[in-house]
Amino acid sequence: MESILSLCFAILIAPLLPAVIQKVKAFFAGKQGPPLLINYYTMIKLFRKGSVYSTSTSFVFRMGPVVGCVTSLMMLLFFPLAGIKPLFSFHGDVLILFYLMGLGRFFTILAALDTASPFEGMGAAREAFFSTLAEATVFGILILFFRITGSLSFAEFFSGRHVISLSSEHGALLLLVIVALYIVMLTENSRVPVDDPATHLELTMIHEVMILDHSGPDLALIELGAWFKLLFYSAFLSMLIEPFHLESALLNSLLFYAVVCFIYITIGMVESITARYKMNMVPKFVLTPFALVFFVTILTMELVK
Amino acid sequence: MDKLLHIRNGEKVNRAEIPCLPFSQFRQTLLDFAEEGGQVVQFFAYQESDAVKLLAVLRSDRLFVTGCEAPQSFDSLTAVSEKFHMFEREIGEQYGLKAEGHPWLKMVRYHKNYSGTADVFGNDYSQDIPGNYPYFTVEGETVHEVAVGPVHAGIIEPGHFRFQCCGERVFHLEIQLGYQHRGVEKLLQSVPLKRLPIIAETIAGDTTIGHGLCQAQALEALADLQVDDGARVVRTIALELERIANHIGDLGALSLDVAFNPPAAYFGRIRGEYLNLSQILGGSRFGRGLVRPGGVTHVMGEEQRRLLSDKLAELTPEVEHVNELIFGSPSVQARFDNTGTVRRQDAEKIGLVGYAGRASGLAYDARVSFPSECYAELPANRNLKTEGDVCSRATVRREEIMHSTGLINLLLARSQEAKSYTPEELNLAPQSLVVTLNEGWRGEVSHCILTDDQGKIMRYKVKDPSFHNWTGLALALRDEGISDFPLCNKSFNLSYCGFDL
Repeated sequence: MESILSLCFAILIAPLLPAVIQKVKAFFAGKQGPPLLINYYTMIKLFRKGSVYSTSTSFVFRMGPVVGCVTSLMMLLFFPLAGIKPLFSFHGDVLILFYLMGLGRFFTILAALDTASPFEGMGAAREAFFSTLAEATVFGILILFFRITGSLSFAEFFSGRHVISLSSEHGALLLLVIVALYIVMLTENSRVPVDDPATHLELTMIHEVMILDHSGPDLALIELGAWFKLLFYSAFLSMLIEPFHLESALLNSLLFYAVVCFIYITIGMVESITARYKMNMVPKFVLTPFALVFFVTILTMELVK
Repeated sequence: MDKLLHIRNGEKVNRAEIPCLPFSQFRQTLLDFAEEGGQVVQFFAYQESDAVKLLAVLRSDRLFVTGCEAPQSFDSLTAVSEKFHMFEREIGEQYGLKAEGHPWLKMVRYHKNYSGTADVFGNDYSQDIPGNYPYFTVEGETVHEVAVGPVHAGIIEPGHFRFQCCGERVFHLEIQLGYQHRGVEKLLQSVPLKRLPIIAETIAGDTTIGHGLCQAQALEALADLQVDDGARVVRTIALELERIANHIGDLGALSLDVAFNPPAAYFGRIRGEYLNLSQILGGSRFGRGLVRPGGVTHVMGEEQRRLLSDKLAELTPEVEHVNELIFGSPSVQARFDNTGTVRRQDAEKIGLVGYAGRASGLAYDARVSFPSECYAELPANRNLKTEGDVCSRATVRREEIMHSTGLINLLLARSQEAKSYTPEELNLAPQSLVVTLNEGWRGEVSHCILTDDQGKIMRYKVKDPSFHNWTGLALALRDEGISDFPLCNKSFNLSYCGFDL
């Protein structure tokens, strides 16, 4: 029961949190910003619309948004939000989940290529390149967590015998992992300084340009998928950051979402105080966390006693 | 007779005094002049009775004019000096005169020529632009082509951009404009004189004062009107306010293009404040209806003077503060530095003007070289960063904002009051030529008027700085990442309609 409630809450709140980023950015720019519920309004608007399809696209184009959204949602099904037991869990689920996410991206890229637009092809090439680099970090982190917990399941990372927590003996290592995962989050979710979600300039876009041809409910699914994905990454981060495990699930959840909210606020702050990188600098930025994680993994090997 | 006639900015010249050389000598004179570092201000064809003639206005540290009878086709000057390339294409398009050996003879704005001769480019103008024109292409397995526009994802003017890329790297950018061709020059030759200022102000909506001033000065010279000192002060202030407002808007937009939001929001607001100052000065936020031949329509009284100087004193520190924010951010600097570089020698070859030219190290400023209005008595600006990249262009603008503010403060301290303006019937001198140059915010704006025996306008030639600078943008993109195109584009921020006329 708790698991289902927790999941429903996560799905409901996923569109709200990105509006927090917009509010923070608006605050830094001295503006009022859109209302916090803006994304719900957008959803309602998009789902009431029809979709327009180019005659040059095929069924692949229509599959992109569905697969993208569903795979992001899968992540939430398996993730112990606020430490509450997830709906599903099995040994090795992390591997499957990250590859499911890869599958979602694969279909998004295919859908972009299907339009045969030169912009979308460019965006797809960038997305494929940068996410491949980010994948190295993700699996570096998984290897590290496997070494710590001996498990390959999200549920066991945070509730097994060897819990991953800042307060545990590996806490110091986690600091570096948190930084690495934060950078991966910015990359995977097309945030500044890798991508600019707010730009209207097709030539500079990465993610946004791939979805230019989608409209109506398709666009809504893509947006939903993006919000779930961002929520997943920030939930992952906040489970690492927040070391407390209170008895009451409600209090635990409150604390957890407070930390998630804080992460969204920091994203907004990062976007307000930095410009995005030149495209040829992005790979260096995306590979930095891999170096961190690699270093951390070496430390756990206890080569020097 | 000398081969070149020395003229002054905004001075009426009797057309009989303009040399009329044989074409070969004309060509050689122009090439020699360009070889010695001179630049082309105007080079165009016009029809007088049955003959088509060419006229060239050149500048070194002085202005010169020369002319010739135009042959139907002639040896291209561009084959020797790039400075003539746009002008020869324009001549071909407007009067069907073919420049043989021009390395890249393509249409400029896509319209039928005025003389009714066969089209130089073989276009059928019932087709959509660009007709049967084959774009420059690069071939190869890894080369891909990206076409952007003419309809863009933003509220900007139409223009088509064709990139030849290898991955993210741009080999070549070709720009095709002309979607906004309205026939301004033809229109200016055909409407009653009292309508001229209204048309001039709309040649390029962001250079209202620049074009308006050029025309007003030209008509004043031809009609022998005197402008009082007070009106000159108002005109100068108006031109500088236009410059500041546009520079501020563009610096904000540059910041937005690199996803650095706060300065964009601040400058968006501050630009509005400067537009409001234009309204205080002339009744329109965009400078419409202020400059008229013979004077200005709004007198700057004590109240306006006080409002302007108070507001300027309030805004200047704010502007400097936001500039600090942009130029002080390492992440912004990383984007601006070494992006979209136009080397000095290239800039000189294609004759870049305005801040784009100054950022590449060409110090030319029409306010200094050919001062009109009050500029002869005002201090000049010096630019410290001249490397030709986006950062230089942004820095030049930053420096110009502060310089212009200084100029306005100097002018506000004067106490001359403009006489109130009364429209007069304009009687233009017959058989005359006048060339006017002003440093609009984007660079050298120039108008040239030729009158016939009856004092009617026979040829009205307009040149917006964008006419020179679009080629600069294409060069800036060479070997640059395609994702930096919007940034480079904004750092030039050229006019589409000013080019398309």
